[in-house]
Amino acid sequence: MHMADALVTPAVAGAMYACSAVAAAYSIRQVRLEEDAKKVPVMGVMGAFVFAAQMINFTIPGTGSSGHLCGGMMLSAVLGPYAGFLTLIGVLLVQCLLFADGGLLALGCNIWNMAFYGCMIGALLIWKPMMKKGITKGRIAAASILGCVLTLQLGAFSVVLETTASHITELPFAAFAAVMQPIHLLIGLVEGLITAAVLIFVHEARPELLFCSRKEDRTAGRFSFGTTLKFLGAAALVTGGLLSLAASSNPDGLEWSVEKIAGTAEPGGGAQNAVQEKIALLPDYAFRGSESAFGTVVSGIAGVLAVAGLCAGICYFFKFLQKHRWAEVKENGADRKGSS
Amino acid sequence: MGQTGKAVHEVHRLEQLAARDQWVNRIHPLVKFFLTVGYLAVTVSFPAYDLAGTAGMAVYPLALLILADLSFRDTGKRLRLVLPFVLLIGLGNLFFDRNLVQIGGFTIRAGVVSMAVLFVKGTLCVLASYLLIATTSMEKLCYAFGILHFPKAVITQFLLTWRYLTLLLEEVNRMTDAYALRAPGQKGIRMKAWGSLAGQLLLRSMDRADGVYESMLLRGYRGDYAYIRETAPLRGRDAAWLLFWGALFVLFRRFPVLYLAGAGIGGLLS
Repeated sequence: MHMADALVTPAVAGAMYACSAVAAAYSIRQVRLEEDAKKVPVMGVMGAFVFAAQMINFTIPGTGSSGHLCGGMMLSAVLGPYAGFLTLIGVLLVQCLLFADGGLLALGCNIWNMAFYGCMIGALLIWKPMMKKGITKGRIAAASILGCVLTLQLGAFSVVLETTASHITELPFAAFAAVMQPIHLLIGLVEGLITAAVLIFVHEARPELLFCSRKEDRTAGRFSFGTTLKFLGAAALVTGGLLSLAASSNPDGLEWSVEKIAGTAEPGGGAQNAVQEKIALLPDYAFRGSESAFGTVVSGIAGVLAVAGLCAGICYFFKFLQKHRWAEVKENGADRKGSS
Repeated sequence: MGQTGKAVHEVHRLEQLAARDQWVNRIHPLVKFFLTVGYLAVTVSFPAYDLAGTAGMAVYPLALLILADLSFRDTGKRLRLVLPFVLLIGLGNLFFDRNLVQIGGFTIRAGVVSMAVLFVKGTLCVLASYLLIATTSMEKLCYAFGILHFPKAVITQFLLTWRYLTLLLEEVNRMTDAYALRAPGQKGIRMKAWGSLAGQLLLRSMDRADGVYESMLLRGYRGDYAYIRETAPLRGRDAAWLLFWGALFVLFRRFPVLYLAGAGIGGLLS
């Protein structure tokens, strides 16, 4: 999600630098207020930790693909929102200067898209309220997954907004967002799971290290990470299978808008709709020619499996791209070795 | 060499490049920082279809590459990791920008031109940032940030991140190597070990941070970290370098220098 310099205009870059600078100034004030001289060295080492830990490939079960740790949620869960935000700025600066991951001009955008959402929103709006009644493994898993998904969605949407505002691409706003958001939904889910696993380990070993920890939290939680995962999987199937029965037959927001403009909720004419009806596996979320509840349940579960299949497909595609990319890096390394 | 090994190698390579006693390396870090930011701002400000104007900006990285005696091959390889995303965004122009433009008697889609401009901009921006870091050490860059009154806490934290980066990368390298030896033929870290592997590293990092803090206290740390001992004054040649390139950037942005040069050479030949 790191934006390159070529994707922003000076005006957008300047505006985002200003926004990030305000957040940084406020964070510095907060860190100073805490009067903890130890925090700066800890932030430095933790920045290096996040950078190094993001190099570890965690295998995603059933896909053969791999994911990485989510830096924003991890830092804010350990250091708190303000110190976490400042630490992530350092990490982004190192990534930009050393590995050309993001640009110097677009750094303001990247700080906002990743550090601000990841630390401020992740810690203050998700982690802190969820841990109010005490830290448990279940809450850590839920906060990590929700935090990573939400902050990555916000970040991806900001990338679309910033690129569109810069008039860099002729890609329509809706099409660009439709590509960016689902991809980052998957990434967020995987990063959330990995972050949850690490934070649960920290909670078990040294609970006092976590942000918002209390003395009474220093006992083992109710759920293990595996149990939480099974619970989440079952919840997805129940949501897809049973709750789809309660799906509204009224038009949703988008259909309502289209109906207002075109006079019908399904523009495109009868011929187009007829073709769609014929080729759709489960038209209108039920078996063809059936209005039964069973059909709806099956279609819900089929939807969950289809999305899971799509996720796996996209993961494999990313794995292929990553393989190709690292093959190039390997080739470069071999060339360098040969030349030296 | 694994992914982390390559990252460590890259950090060491850049440190060695920045530590060389080249003429460009000796220019004041503040001047180089200002020039890089100015260059980036001017380069990305060119209109979407001004290919000649944008290409003209290549003069700065080209000159610096030659003056700093940097390998064109190594520099080019660095671009391979960045440009795919820029090109992906540029592809949108190819399909959605259906206007037509005339170039040298040929009519082509404007989307092709705007995609090429985006590609050139992306290349030049990556080059400019690389040239800054390949000719300026991180300590000197932080010294420049200090002159600009960047918050001390952020500079100190950034420098410590930089200092401990290779150390932790090497630790990750050892851990993943040890894991791979115990799990032959397995790619990545299995789900069962997700938490314990990275969690152990986190706990060790926190303990290391405690040790670092105590060592810093023993050496007189009171919230102010002396990252550079020599304070380099701004000399005349630094100011001249800044003014020369600053003027050139303005010239290339305001006038079609490449067209004028081409017309001039054409006039001389005829």
